[in-house]
Amino acid sequence: MANILIDQLSISFPLYHGESRSLKKTVFAAASGRLGEDRSHRLVVQALRDISFTLNRGDRLGLIGSNGAGKTTLLRAMAGIYEPTAGTVTLNGAVTALLDPGQGMNLELTGRENIRLRGLYSGLADTQIKQLQSDVADFAGLGHFLELPVKTYSSGMIVRLGFALATAIKPQILLMDEWILAGDASFLDKARHRLETMVRGAEVLVLSSHSADIIMQWCNRVIWMDNGEVRADGPPLDILEAYLPPEQFAAAKAAAARMAA
Amino acid sequence: MNVIAPDPGKTDITMSQAGRAPSAPIRIAAATTWGGRITTAVQDLAETLRLWPLIWTLSVLDIRLRYRGSLLGPFWLTLSTAIMVGAIGFLYSHLFHQNVAAYLPFLSISLVLWGFVSAITAEGCVCFSQSENMIRAMRMPLSLHATRVVLRNIFVLGHNLVVIIVVFAIFRIVPSMASFTVIPACALWLIDALAISLLLGIFGARYRDIPPIIGSVMQIAFYLTPIMWSPTMLAHRGLSAVLVEWNPFFDLVEIMRGPLLGHPLEPQAWLFSIGYTGLLVLLSGFVFIRARPRIAYWV
Repeated sequence: MANILIDQLSISFPLYHGESRSLKKTVFAAASGRLGEDRSHRLVVQALRDISFTLNRGDRLGLIGSNGAGKTTLLRAMAGIYEPTAGTVTLNGAVTALLDPGQGMNLELTGRENIRLRGLYSGLADTQIKQLQSDVADFAGLGHFLELPVKTYSSGMIVRLGFALATAIKPQILLMDEWILAGDASFLDKARHRLETMVRGAEVLVLSSHSADIIMQWCNRVIWMDNGEVRADGPPLDILEAYLPPEQFAAAKAAAARMAA
Repeated sequence: MNVIAPDPGKTDITMSQAGRAPSAPIRIAAATTWGGRITTAVQDLAETLRLWPLIWTLSVLDIRLRYRGSLLGPFWLTLSTAIMVGAIGFLYSHLFHQNVAAYLPFLSISLVLWGFVSAITAEGCVCFSQSENMIRAMRMPLSLHATRVVLRNIFVLGHNLVVIIVVFAIFRIVPSMASFTVIPACALWLIDALAISLLLGIFGARYRDIPPIIGSVMQIAFYLTPIMWSPTMLAHRGLSAVLVEWNPFFDLVEIMRGPLLGHPLEPQAWLFSIGYTGLLVLLSGFVFIRARPRIAYWV
């Protein structure tokens, strides 16, 4: 059974590249109150502070919060990219993270070569890689562009390739950042269809987004991140109502209803 | 372009098919004890071993990419080494008053080996910082990036070996039976290459001044180490003893070069080589175990 357990997770980023520490310290400390020192007196930014929650099968979590609230860091920690400074992350099930459109793709290589690399990363055999290539080619609809270096793609094409690639190998846990919204409308429909097939298979989805109507449509639980901490956790409508100004909330609700119809 | 909706029945490639055990939970805990750090570092290395087809493909693509669109492709590697060995060989054999037939085989091995050493140190420094977008996009064993640098340069070395073979053939040099010791020497070089790129990669990710510093150090080391000149050439000036006796590069190069050229090997060359390797592995292991959880934050 796929699930995620986050237990007292804290992450702090070291600040190494500053020249004048004391100046930086004063400025940042005044600005956010999130700056601290670790045991060896290095200057750190506390990106996540003491976060605990559990996600079970079928949970579709939306992460909301202002820029710099720690949403992407939390996704990276869940993906196992950032190792916690304190606490633990336990992942039951195969994880795929769509954190940025490039997704570790080598822009100099062709789309086909990048798909092959991803297949090898997932430990696929040669025949499965062939299947993966044709599946991704179909879904992303890139045609002959698949034989060209990824750097020649438009940003929308990169998004399509990245999404197709990440969802072609069925993950049990899918972590997504908001860049998926960069796709055009017809692609968003396709993406939604594909995600829904996946989520219907009772997998776990975590989506970080600024778009309230997408969260209303896709998620059944929302966590509001604020200053690296969980400010609120509950059903989407309740949390969004508290998070958004009333007129924006009403507009998002109407948009979501329109999309669902 | 037609919109083809995915057929959920057909396109399922699941991770469990992919040879991963989905039932095994991954537990990522803050590494606070040495025991925990050592365990995760060993897991990292084991995972790298499991992913060797990926490393192989990455390395092949690295080389192919470097020469994509060029007429000769990777054979530029062979050709440029051949030109270098030929030009310097004839020039320096005159400058040093050496016999070309003796000097050229010596120079070909030396330059090819040094090419490997300097590429490993230069590319090792940036092995993590250059893979930044991969490291930040998915969970991946970090030692994979150092392994990729080593494997890629072994492929380069393979292209350059052709030059040595041709030079040996021209001068009719047949390595004796005693040269089988290059096989353990290669093993030692492999260990050293991995350890040094891991070590330099970590320092290079943390301190961005490391790559240029290593570059200059290696430049000096190239002139100080008997690469273009052999110790016997300068023996009469009493210079070589200083440069040779405490030079780790000399011992390591000598255990490869000596047997192939049929030169008698100083007995301590192997002793020192193994000693240097041991120290390097210990240092690199220590740094890797300590710094591994932080690398993703540094790149």
